[in-house]
Amino acid sequence: MPVENSNQKLNPTIIQIENFSFFYGKNQALFDIDLSIPEKEVTALIGPSGCGKSTLLRSINRMNDLVDESNHRGRILIQDQDIHDTQLEVISLRKRVGMVFQKSNPFPKSIYENVVFGLRIAGKTNKNDLDEVVERSLKASALWDEVKDRLKDSALGLSGGQMQRLCIARAIANQPEVLLMDEPCSALDPVATAKIESLIHELKKNYTIVIVTHNMQQASRVSDRTAFLYMGKLIEYDETETLFTNPKQQQTEDYITGRFG
Amino acid sequence: MRLKKQKNSQASGEPMVWMTAMGLSMGVLMILGLLALIFYKGLEVFWPKHVAEIHLKSEDGNGERLLGEIILQRDRSSHKSSNENDEGSPLRETQIFMGNKEVLGQAFRFVEQDKIKKTSYPESVIKLERREYGNAMGFPQAIYQADQELIPLKKTELFEKTLHQLVKTYNARWEEIRHIEKDQIGKINYEMEELELEKKQLEEQNTAAKNAQAKNRLQELESSQKTLQEKYQKLADQAKKLREAQQGAQLEILLANGQSHKIEVSQILEYYYPNQLSTWGRVGMFFHKIWLFLSQEPREANTEGGVFPAFFGTLVMTLLMTIVVVPFGVMAAIYLKEYAKQGPLVRTVRIAVNNLAGVPSIVFGVFGMGFFVYMVGGTIDQLFFSNKLPTPTFGTGGLLWASLTLALMTVPVVIVATEEALGAVSQNIREGALGCGASKWQMIQKIILPASAPGILTGAILAMARGAGEVAPLMLVGVVKLAPTLPINSTFPYIHLDQKFMHLGFHIYDLGFQSPDSEAAKPIVFATTLLLILLVLVLNLGAIILRERLRKKYASGKF
Ligand SMILES: Nc1ncnc2c1ncn2[C@@H]1O[C@H](COP(=O)(O)OP(=O)(O)O)[C@@H](O)[C@H]1O
Ligand SMILES: [Mg+2]
Repeated sequence: MPVENSNQKLNPTIIQIENFSFFYGKNQALFDIDLSIPEKEVTALIGPSGCGKSTLLRSINRMNDLVDESNHRGRILIQDQDIHDTQLEVISLRKRVGMVFQKSNPFPKSIYENVVFGLRIAGKTNKNDLDEVVERSLKASALWDEVKDRLKDSALGLSGGQMQRLCIARAIANQPEVLLMDEPCSALDPVATAKIESLIHELKKNYTIVIVTHNMQQASRVSDRTAFLYMGKLIEYDETETLFTNPKQQQTEDYITGRFG
Repeated sequence: MRLKKQKNSQASGEPMVWMTAMGLSMGVLMILGLLALIFYKGLEVFWPKHVAEIHLKSEDGNGERLLGEIILQRDRSSHKSSNENDEGSPLRETQIFMGNKEVLGQAFRFVEQDKIKKTSYPESVIKLERREYGNAMGFPQAIYQADQELIPLKKTELFEKTLHQLVKTYNARWEEIRHIEKDQIGKINYEMEELELEKKQLEEQNTAAKNAQAKNRLQELESSQKTLQEKYQKLADQAKKLREAQQGAQLEILLANGQSHKIEVSQILEYYYPNQLSTWGRVGMFFHKIWLFLSQEPREANTEGGVFPAFFGTLVMTLLMTIVVVPFGVMAAIYLKEYAKQGPLVRTVRIAVNNLAGVPSIVFGVFGMGFFVYMVGGTIDQLFFSNKLPTPTFGTGGLLWASLTLALMTVPVVIVATEEALGAVSQNIREGALGCGASKWQMIQKIILPASAPGILTGAILAMARGAGEVAPLMLVGVVKLAPTLPINSTFPYIHLDQKFMHLGFHIYDLGFQSPDSEAAKPIVFATTLLLILLVLVLNLGAIILRERLRKKYASGKF
């Protein structure tokens, strides 16, 4: 059972996951998860592979709706609004909850067009506005200086780390409240990883970030809070420092000390 | 234990490498051979050959003389039984094109090689291309003109100048006659028809209550009919006068057998002296003939003249088909791949679509005739062109129905190619688009379709290649041997979708199998085949260039 730490920060909750279960057909991937994620902090999801980290993350912006015959039980609230509410459109949810994927996936378009994609599909065409958003987003994702002279070039010509930062820029161009990241550094070299990690530090000033990582050093470096999942169940959720130095659950301790996996 | 040193060639698969390579090279060789033959035969037609004068052997030493182009020389092995005199080397025979069909009875003749005494190439031979009876060849003698002295060949300069001038004026006059008869009178006929229709309608409508307005309109119609009638009469008179002026001048040529033959100069389209041409002159003539072939209308049951209407018809039909088939195929593929729930039903549909591509084309022709022509066309006629009935407008084969039939035939190709292209866009990219808040259609429209455009174009190319080369279904839904006008012309509404049209593929079939003089049609069959191949090639090349540009754009992301 999750144990709440008494001296938690005062940031209010933005994402409230209540008794949430998820099924791929008959196969249950998540079991009764309860989790409240605070605003403008970095929350890391860790756990062995196949434990349901991605499933939980993708439930937050309903990306798993795409899977045939998937099903859920329980609620997820963002700013006290149920994301499965029929009144709420998936499209507007995804604009509020941006996502960065494990494998960087820039569109086969120019750098500029990649960043403004979300605006274009929302019907915004004012050139000045778009230019402004491009500059702001690329600066926020620490890519501006590297690409400002070749915005019209293909995004596919960037390096792996640059592509991933472009995807971050694309996600924050929509001005989301929450940014979901699914192992954003797993395909990157250490230098690019360090860049993204410092970027996450910057971004949390303005955004709530939920990050999945299989790298415990990374979790301890970037996150304020960490949730440990095991076999679809939330085992422990606490401030990162506490969880890593003083885990309450035996399974957590076994995992972070590398005793199983 | 002894190590097995022998390399097991069976296991390493080397024989199979050779086998497969052989299969490939056989295929390539066959294609190259076919293309080489068609290129050679197709272009040879236009090369101005020398005209040979051939003396045949005979007892009294005064044998027959022939004048003509040597078309081919071959072993006469197939007719050996008729020749007992020698058993060693096979007899060779020569095929000669002599022209002058109306005098000699036949334009081609075979001569046995050993009967030929002497072959020479006299400089003075003239070759005439005529409006009727094909080519004429002979030694020019003199020009006869009504009320004027004859000009003998000896006055070389004057002869040459007069002939040139005469041919030019006569051809210009033909052009004028054509313009009057076809364009101007054609237009008047069209207008008359329209007036007649309106009149018929008015009369039918108002039998009971003929109001003043209708009466007035009727009178108006009648008076404009009268003016049109007068105009028509004037034009017809004009044409008649011009036609009369076409008689008068004649060119006398001497045939090889010594017979003198007078040819109306108005019959001469072109003339040249084949044995006097320099190499460059020959090359120039070659390209000139190619141009005429491409730009002119056919003459004499299509065996002479050009193939422009057929070329144009093929082009228009193929483009129209492509315009129809690509959007339909792409839409169907998007539904099948992106929206339909993948299951047994969709799988069945997909198999059915794939099999549709293998249905013999004539089946589509029959379907096109039954469905498009009779059902759809018939209904359109009932609803919109009832005043013209029983003459059908859309209820008969035409450009539109032919294009739609071929579109139906080629739509599986586009669907399959598009589905493949759509499937090649990675799930990762799709999720990226959806994650940015795109709706499914936005994702398809903005990301997936541009990314799969090259693949879709591949489908369009395949469809075009198949459509342009198809003949069988077209014969049922609108292709004709000779169409009076082009499907796109200067009479309103400019694009005549209901009109019958000519097609290169059908032209080849018609010339090769239906022509009264198959020997004469043979060269033009090859030339037309070459043109059809080139047309398909150019269309495909255009699409391929477009695809490569899209691909580059896609790779560099500049769209
Ligand atoms: N699209 C899917 N369809 C069916 N089962 C899935 C799908 N995605 C994930 N799963 C299953 O759900 C479980 C959790 O997967 P996932 O959330 O991807 O784990 P993690 O990201 O922690 O490695 C796994 O057992 C996996 O097999
Ligand atoms: Mg995962």
